[in-house]
Amino acid sequence: MSDLTLHHRAEAAKRRSLVTPEGVDLSLKLADIGQRIPAFLLDLVIMAGMLTGLTILCAIGAFTLGLTSAEIAIIIWLLGFFLLRNFYFIVMEMGPRAATFGKRASGLRVVARSGERLTADRVIARNMMREIEFYLPLSFLFYNGAEGAGDALTALAGLAWTGLFLFFPMFNKDRMRVGDLLAGTWVVSAPRRKLTVELSQPSEAAPDHLFSDAQLDVYGVYELQTLEQVLRDNHAETIATVGRVIRGKLGLAWDGGSDRAFLSAYYDAARTRMERGLLFGKRRADKFDTSV
Amino acid sequence: MNRPANPRSFRAAREEEWRRLEDILTRAEKKSVRSLSDEELLALPVLYRGALSSLSVARETSLDLELVTYLEGLCTRAYFFVYGVRTSAGSRAAAFFARDWPAAVRGLWRETLASFAVTLIGVLAGYLLVAADPAWFDTMVPAAMADGRDFDATAESLRDTLYHDEGGRGLSAFAAFLFTHNAQVCMLSFALGFAFGVPTAMLLVYNGAMAGAFLALFASHGLGFEMGGWLIIHGSTEFFAIVLAGAAGFRIGWSVVFPGEESRLAAATAAGRSAAIVMAGVVVMLLCAGLLEGLGRQLVTSDGLRYAIGLFMLASWLAYFYLPRRAGNV
Repeated sequence: MSDLTLHHRAEAAKRRSLVTPEGVDLSLKLADIGQRIPAFLLDLVIMAGMLTGLTILCAIGAFTLGLTSAEIAIIIWLLGFFLLRNFYFIVMEMGPRAATFGKRASGLRVVARSGERLTADRVIARNMMREIEFYLPLSFLFYNGAEGAGDALTALAGLAWTGLFLFFPMFNKDRMRVGDLLAGTWVVSAPRRKLTVELSQPSEAAPDHLFSDAQLDVYGVYELQTLEQVLRDNHAETIATVGRVIRGKLGLAWDGGSDRAFLSAYYDAARTRMERGLLFGKRRADKFDTSV
Repeated sequence: MNRPANPRSFRAAREEEWRRLEDILTRAEKKSVRSLSDEELLALPVLYRGALSSLSVARETSLDLELVTYLEGLCTRAYFFVYGVRTSAGSRAAAFFARDWPAAVRGLWRETLASFAVTLIGVLAGYLLVAADPAWFDTMVPAAMADGRDFDATAESLRDTLYHDEGGRGLSAFAAFLFTHNAQVCMLSFALGFAFGVPTAMLLVYNGAMAGAFLALFASHGLGFEMGGWLIIHGSTEFFAIVLAGAAGFRIGWSVVFPGEESRLAAATAAGRSAAIVMAGVVVMLLCAGLLEGLGRQLVTSDGLRYAIGLFMLASWLAYFYLPRRAGNV
């Protein structure tokens, strides 16, 4: 089995079907661990920042208004800390974007597994479970600093046990936290993308490069879309390398022209030909695909 | 325009609609639905269906990866916006208090009984152990929690703590601390339910044992009745909340171990959702308990009145949760 087929399978394994009432499958893409950890860390940093701000405000309030108001400052701080710790995630995920600031930055959102609306009970369930997934391991982590060796062992055992919950998402194919499991949710990657310019601008008049049908049929959809990515990223080095490889594959000598112009022309021609093929029901997944 | 389908002309023809949909969605997500004009609200579903059909066409005819990804993202956003039922926060809260919360609590009645029994066992164990041997008191109650109330204290000083305990200043801060502490413990006992409910039961027993130890301490100085009043004025609400949190944890643990006819995943999800509703209410109850503790106990120093308030609160909660009500009564 080729690496490419494996790649397609891995891609398909990340997709989850969600059919809208109109009958179109939105085919949501699950967020991977590499997106969720930075999102969570960013949320932690934001929460720490807000807590620092709250502490400074309360301290200033207590000092300027004298001791009588110190108690009020303490109450505000206690309640503020409580709300921040427990309701930051809940309030943010109940909003229309169903994502905290960290999730927004990583292009993630929380979705009910059934495709229904994300209701408050789901959001509360998934976030209250953070108590054992994050705060409990954290408290075990700091617990052993205080006492002797016996307590250190207890803390270690506790840490190992709570680690089960912490690393839960890595051991199931849907990458669900314990909270996701209980709430019936999962986190999908739904980044906001901007639609940039259309790459392919074929000019009817005298193309610079002409390719034979055999040359255009060397690659499949996967390679074409990789080429699209290369052209969009526009790294001079990558373009030179890819240009050299494709020229070699097509059996063309370097004609002294720019690699980018060559690749654009090839992309245009190949895409036009493949898209025409699509209209006749021919889709060649990649260069190893011989079914067409 | 009757040209043959060409992905490029297709994109040029539809692009403006997509951008309009994107613009409306961005504004609605940033601010609220109210920031949209009537015209935009009417256009939204039409544009959404247009984008969906564009997505279907693009998947079949276009090899432009960026276009397909863009449309998938746009349609996903629009789908969740169009099909999300938007009720105001006020009406959602009204539905929660009128229907969802009591119904969820009623649904947990078996677990609530179990949780109550476990707490009761804790109280009895704490009381009997400390009554038999006062040395148990120090093992059960951390020194910070006891705060001088131990077997070395005189009956007089113990009586003092019951009536003008924390001494006015710092009292409401202490109540706020207790509220946040109790709420945190409740959430923990809910979350620990996932570990088959065992740690939840341990937390409940320990919590009950502490109360039992205090009761034994005060009873040994002939202050049992007074202590009861001090405890019940807020304790009836607080203990009820903790029992409910334990019940929510038990429900989760039970459904994970014994999913019944459903799949384990489906059973866990159903349990998690109903338990979460209960937990949202538990936080509200603890807030009430905190107010009763901070204000009520400070202002009311008569034992009879303390018992009356505590028992009245208990009766109100029981009636609110368990009195049968007409079906469909929103």
